Amino acid sequence: MASQNRDEIPASTRISRRRLITGGAAASALPLLLGGPARVLGQDAGAADAEPMGMAGMAEAETAAAAHSGHVGPDGPLHASFDGELDVNHRRNGFDPSRLVRDFDYGATSRLGDGRIVREWELTATDIEIEVAPGVFYNAWTYNGRVPGPTLRCREGELLRIHFNNASHHPHSIHFHGVHRALYDGMPGVGEVQGGGQIEPGERFVYEFEAAPFGVHLYHCHVSPLADHIAKGLYGAFVIDPKQGRAEADELVMVMNAFDTNFDRSNEIYAVNTIGFHYQRHPIAVKRGELVRIYLVNALEFDPVNSFHLHANFFDYYPTGTRLEPNEYTDTVVLGQGQRGILELRFPYPGYYMFHAHVTEFAELGWTGFFEVTE
Amino acid sequence: MNDTGASVPASRRRYPLWLTGAGPLALIVVAITAFGLLDGPGLGDRTGPPVEDLVIERTTLRPGEIELSLRNDGPDAVRISQVSINDGFVPFESDSPDGEVGRLGNLELAMTYPWIEGEAYNLLILTSTGGSFEDQIEIAVETPEADASFFGLMALLGIYVGVIPISLGMLWLPMVRRISTRWIRSLMAFTLGLLAFLAVEAILDGLEIAADGPKVFGGSSLVYLGAITAFLALSGLETGLRDRRAKLKGGAAAAVNPLTPATLIAVGIGLHNLGEGLAIGAAYSAGALALGAFLVVGFAIHNTTEGLAIVAPLAAAPASGRRLASLGLVAGLPAVLGAWIGAAAFNTSIVAFLLGAGAGAILQVIVQIAPAVRDDSGRILYPLSVGGALVGLAMLWGTGLLVSV
Repeated sequence: MASQNRDEIPASTRISRRRLITGGAAASALPLLLGGPARVLGQDAGAADAEPMGMAGMAEAETAAAAHSGHVGPDGPLHASFDGELDVNHRRNGFDPSRLVRDFDYGATSRLGDGRIVREWELTATDIEIEVAPGVFYNAWTYNGRVPGPTLRCREGELLRIHFNNASHHPHSIHFHGVHRALYDGMPGVGEVQGGGQIEPGERFVYEFEAAPFGVHLYHCHVSPLADHIAKGLYGAFVIDPKQGRAEADELVMVMNAFDTNFDRSNEIYAVNTIGFHYQRHPIAVKRGELVRIYLVNALEFDPVNSFHLHANFFDYYPTGTRLEPNEYTDTVVLGQGQRGILELRFPYPGYYMFHAHVTEFAELGWTGFFEVTE
Repeated sequence: MNDTGASVPASRRRYPLWLTGAGPLALIVVAITAFGLLDGPGLGDRTGPPVEDLVIERTTLRPGEIELSLRNDGPDAVRISQVSINDGFVPFESDSPDGEVGRLGNLELAMTYPWIEGEAYNLLILTSTGGSFEDQIEIAVETPEADASFFGLMALLGIYVGVIPISLGMLWLPMVRRISTRWIRSLMAFTLGLLAFLAVEAILDGLEIAADGPKVFGGSSLVYLGAITAFLALSGLETGLRDRRAKLKGGAAAAVNPLTPATLIAVGIGLHNLGEGLAIGAAYSAGALALGAFLVVGFAIHNTTEGLAIVAPLAAAPASGRRLASLGLVAGLPAVLGAWIGAAAFNTSIVAFLLGAGAGAILQVIVQIAPAVRDDSGRILYPLSVGGALVGLAMLWGTGLLVSV
């Protein structure tokens, strides 16, 4: 029933960069293509050792060669970036944005007597300290020990049961964007008599409703003070596939978020999937010509508007993903708090392509990443 | 030698004198050490997160680079994790390998950044706990290199605003020598008013500077400590010198004060001008000062009155040219020193203390020269003296309007 939510990284895949570079044959055999080209030269193997997942393959060799020829790569001195040779310690955090971006949690399924699928997840609220930028620690409130919470994925019409366990020191709830009864809305003051509403520490509750409508949604805590409960990390993406499914694609989830580390009601660090500049340091590897689908969610607090801009390319945009026809072909979308949508695109050329908030002050405060397109 | 001991009862003389002094001291040391080693028995662990307090002591701008000098002003060590300039994170170098700075410690941070002259910058330092410290660069201007020509320029500036105007003011000495006793007293009252203004200004300047600096070294209290220290030191020095002279020359010369009112006034004004020089130097190095005729003319008028104050007590006393020149230098040269310090190495704690010392010295001078204002019936406050004092206040306030640093 409960799903594997944490980003446990198998020890066999923890490979230091230096080993990847020096062991060329072994490296080219590895299938994953994640990591930061600028660091390929591996001035510090120690820092690289701390990272759960390096990168490998042809791209590695190419990038290393490019670096030798004077190319500085996406995370070079020409961009705003975090200081430090050391990256965020993802193992200590318990999640790695490089894995999180393709991590969809399908839960556990069973069938009712009439053949209808029941899909269940267990979400546990916990208080943990996470490193949101190299050396900067933040006391987060999380679902299942990660920010954003697990990307819950299901199909339209299924019966969903979300078993919520509040192991935090504070009252919380889960408010799903979707269509459901008031009792399952995660609203304090509504449904406490039946055990719902605001869930006190140590309490449990099961949210149950039908998956509808299809699209990309979000879930978050709705306990007051609301902005704080959300901003501290209690949010996640909620994807409902249409009955007939969508075309096969390399699917990514991007939750745009930020952290107010000094509690002044404005954010210091912006990101996609929590760690600022992560995809600048470790570009997202995609294949040239392959369909890429991005489930984009804006979970930003304290700033009214966020945006997503892709360089050197355009995409089909499906607002909230609730229609199968795109309503725009563009390279920039603007999203208010809680807004989301689906992006579909193909990269026609290989190379590094930036994506970032075109609210540009967010970009240089961490909300910048790269796609690394290979053949 | 120990004749006081003779009156102490024998029972109290069981222990040698040194032991009665050293014994309690040793016990205090043992008690404090034990308390420290036992980690404060009974007090429990400290609650709450670490207290972070950083003060940015100096900002230096070089082409393509911004440097900060930070002081840890809090009780706990602080670790600097990231720095952003105008809403953009930037790489930085620090002289501490892990970015940590201990209590009272100093840390230098250097950021590579393409800053543009004349623009404003907001620097944000993020610590490991997510806490932040900000610094504003209001007008970005390259910090002058502290080379010979820079020190020369600052010296010239100090001479323009300090030495020359004061020397010009001292040219009123022949007039001072010819006016009547009544007007001399009034002139001394004018000097008192002028000095009172300078004392207030020195205290306020000191407090303003101390407010920007670290608190661990005392902060604003340094201004008052400086004032008390200078007042006491000058008073002690004066009586000490008088005693020594009396011993050397016999009772007759005792009445002659080696630290004449004119010297004291010159010293007090000198310390005040140190503060003026600091302000000029600091403003210049921050690019906030337009060096020009207006500034120099403003200071000249302002400081000329200070020259008159120095020569006021010399109405009846003989004074050689050399002595007059040295008085002018004592009062004016600190402006040069102040300009150097202000422009090159600004330590807010030291400067706050020095400005306080200036105020204390001036207060001591006021106490010294107040008797010279007495009229024939011994009063200090009478219409002519009060009028003189008020004119002194008004003169400095009014000419101060010509100067803005």
